[in-house]
Amino acid sequence: MNEISTPTAKLTIKDFTSDQEVRWCPGCGDYAILKCMQRTLPELGATRENTVFVSGIGCSSRFPYYMDTYGFHTIHGRAPAVATGVKLANPDLDVWMITGDGDGLSIGGNHLLHILRRDVDINILLFNNKIYGLTKGQFSPTSDVGTRSPSTPQGSVDPSLNPISFALGSGARFAARTVDTALKHMPGVFTRAHGFKGASFVEILQNCIVYADETWGPVTQKKTAADLQLLLENGERMIFGAERNKGIIFNRERFALEAVVIGESGITEDDILVHDESNLQMARMLAELGAGEGEPMAMGVLYADEADHSYTDAVLAQVEAEKGKRTLKDMIYGGQTWEVK
Amino acid sequence: MASDIQVLESAVVRFAGDSGDGMQLTGSQFTTSTALSGSDLATFPDFPAEIRAPVGTTFGVSAFQINFGAKAIKTVGDSPDVLVAMNPAALKVNLSNLRSGGLLVVDSGAFSKRNLQKAGYEESPLGTPALDGYQVIDLDISKMTLEAVKKFGLGNKEALRCKNMWTLGMMLWMFSRKREPVTKWLQNKFSKMPQIAESNIAALNAGHAFGETAELSATFKRYQIGATQSEAGTYRTVTGSQALSWGLAQGGELAGLQIILGSYPITPASPILHALSGMKELGVVTFQAEDEIAAICAAIGASFAGSLGITSSSGPGIALKMEAMGLAISTELPLVIVNSQRGGPSTGLPTKTEQSDLYQAVYGRNGDAPVPVISTRSPGDCFEVAIEACRLAVKYMTPVMLLTDGFTANAAEPWKLPDLDALTPFKVRHTGTPVEGESFSPFKRDPKTLARNWAVPGTPGTEHRIGGIEKDFDSGHISYDADNHQKMTDTRIGKIAGIAADIPAQAVEQGETTGKLAVVGWGSTFGPISEAVKMARAEGLDVSHIHIRYLNPFPENLGALLAGYDKIIVPEMNAGQLKTMLRDQFLVDAKPLNKVSGLPFKIQEILDAIRDEITPSQQGGE
Repeated sequence: MNEISTPTAKLTIKDFTSDQEVRWCPGCGDYAILKCMQRTLPELGATRENTVFVSGIGCSSRFPYYMDTYGFHTIHGRAPAVATGVKLANPDLDVWMITGDGDGLSIGGNHLLHILRRDVDINILLFNNKIYGLTKGQFSPTSDVGTRSPSTPQGSVDPSLNPISFALGSGARFAARTVDTALKHMPGVFTRAHGFKGASFVEILQNCIVYADETWGPVTQKKTAADLQLLLENGERMIFGAERNKGIIFNRERFALEAVVIGESGITEDDILVHDESNLQMARMLAELGAGEGEPMAMGVLYADEADHSYTDAVLAQVEAEKGKRTLKDMIYGGQTWEVK
Repeated sequence: MASDIQVLESAVVRFAGDSGDGMQLTGSQFTTSTALSGSDLATFPDFPAEIRAPVGTTFGVSAFQINFGAKAIKTVGDSPDVLVAMNPAALKVNLSNLRSGGLLVVDSGAFSKRNLQKAGYEESPLGTPALDGYQVIDLDISKMTLEAVKKFGLGNKEALRCKNMWTLGMMLWMFSRKREPVTKWLQNKFSKMPQIAESNIAALNAGHAFGETAELSATFKRYQIGATQSEAGTYRTVTGSQALSWGLAQGGELAGLQIILGSYPITPASPILHALSGMKELGVVTFQAEDEIAAICAAIGASFAGSLGITSSSGPGIALKMEAMGLAISTELPLVIVNSQRGGPSTGLPTKTEQSDLYQAVYGRNGDAPVPVISTRSPGDCFEVAIEACRLAVKYMTPVMLLTDGFTANAAEPWKLPDLDALTPFKVRHTGTPVEGESFSPFKRDPKTLARNWAVPGTPGTEHRIGGIEKDFDSGHISYDADNHQKMTDTRIGKIAGIAADIPAQAVEQGETTGKLAVVGWGSTFGPISEAVKMARAEGLDVSHIHIRYLNPFPENLGALLAGYDKIIVPEMNAGQLKTMLRDQFLVDAKPLNKVSGLPFKIQEILDAIRDEITPSQQGGE
């Protein structure tokens, strides 16, 4: 059952596309993510039979129905727990978890915290559109303060949550960010997440065309994206901007990252930080980058630091070490017994 | 000294002391020694919810009761014959229950002014008329213990901890039980702390020697309780949690599946998590989840991937699992849910027993969401019932609710060990890769059981998607079709109802299959009902005992069987849940006999109810 079969012919996007009609709203960002996944899996050498998509509830959680693999559309917020059970039963399976900002950070916040803390070898994609779509537009834990919605006609007062900061705070060892429209960037992030042994957390900035259109504003707009996205590459300087003349430095006085222009105020390229994926403190600061005026949001792999072994490996190794040493009969008949004749 | 030995048929001994006095250990060691002597027995650990309540207070009293005898023992006994009270609070809480004329052993060393105050005594009851009517042995056990362990150099506090072993030594002497099993256990438990082991053994021996040599009043007798005439075989004592855990492991083995337990700590269900975590030798995987919901969801995920998922909890935790249970019902995945019931509602009485989750088990969840519900009647019975839960889960592709309770979980009884090789396997075959031209649907059903296919990830050719949205009857794809929902609902209900044909017909435990009165019970009321009916029948009353294991669906013959009695009473440790179900399903005039005090029924309470129903005037001649 657990053997990974070698596909005889290379699979294609078609092999991973199920016969179910996709039912997201026309123009929804989810379409692009789905296509990207269907296109990337063959490249990763994935097989249909060993791939499992587990989701919770919400628009994003319909995702598994459209993948011609194994899939489990579970209940609101609980996908991490179900996925953990799948992985414990069969650690050889390639498990992807699909969730959203409401499903993963609100009702399922506890489970997301713990799957990350345990470092279960699962690829977690959180579609962040800053709104509850399926229930018709209420504000979510990632909505900006002041979001007007059916449940907050005067504007929301809840501060918003940063998913990557949440993940890192939960002990995630892999955190990345990409955008639903970044058809070239997204596959690379998926590939890295898939290759990472442990829980890999990916936030996808996604657009809800009906209830929160343009929610990401200039960050994802074609004209401004280059100036508001910092595309991280491990070992490379954090340079961004349409003219590649901007960069990130560490401001010692403020103990914070700061966006600067190379050539201004005596800044040279040598002052720009070099991205080190294994640096947790830097990742924490990168996660929050973008909150300030003119700051870019960090994209790509913010943090990746693989553990020696994954959670399921450790759990199952304990079982394997003991397996067969005693039988049930040994247990029941062992200890203090007596005979009645 | 030759003390005259009095032969008794049975005796009830209750050890009571402060939570920190080690009464549970004393009781369980007395139990082991008693079991090894071949007596039948039943035990009842009765402890407070607080781990360490303030020392010396009445709410910090912990007790352990054992009923043992040369005859079949089915209950823990209504009233103790012997009460051991290690402090004033223990005396205060337990004295009223001691049978009149019973033996009271107290540690007078613990009857300090401060302890008396904490227990609410203005003056010491020792030597006052308050204890008239009992045989009182007051000994300064604290002082004698300190004396016995002096040479091992323990601090005063640690040395005093040995007084439970001193007491145990004396009680072992009193009931002619062997010390060796306890000595062995102490050596083993404290193998890394020889000083503690030796001190405890010395205290045990000192207590025993005291009984043997001290000049005691004539009332301080030594008792002999013989071995019971049990069925031939190998026996051991077992608690419900232990037997249930072994049963689950055995169920997995018979199904040919790995079992994966998802669980979250909760009283009184945690011992199942602990026991299964200690069964890695059998390939059992346990997962202590972040909460009750994650625990059941992980078990469901495991079942989706081809293992047998199990989750275990108690009432409040089961309530949290209800939505996930609905998912398992809707996706038709096998799952065993164990509920060790406790007093409710809400947090209720965590350490006290109750049977009040029957409605939750049968009627819980949103939508029409039936599951099979089965129950355990005694610690030993848990083994068989756990296997049955696994069998039904995999055969019918359904969650199964197994109801046990705090009393059964913690209580111990001698258990005739089953012949494991004689158990019938129910090997599961996951759906394989379809052959050329064969179509696959995850919801294709076995025409007889209505169980769906179980195709698991990792199998080429059976890739499919399932979820909690209604599924098309044929293809298993999402369906919002009205007629299809009716059909699927009917099918799910029909599948569970059909189990009635696959379970044993309802038997009558005692008495005739028709008559004046049936006492109908379920779960851990088995012992007291059984004894009460036996006594009533010995008085010539026309009464039968029916005990139901399968609560949903009921056995096929149950309705007809109940119709054969003039009257029905249903003793339950709830406000009348089975009573209502019987009335609902069979239109019979079932009368409730309810007790929700957190304590098991006394035989007398049921016997009185039987007598009330069958008045002497109705007991005419032939």
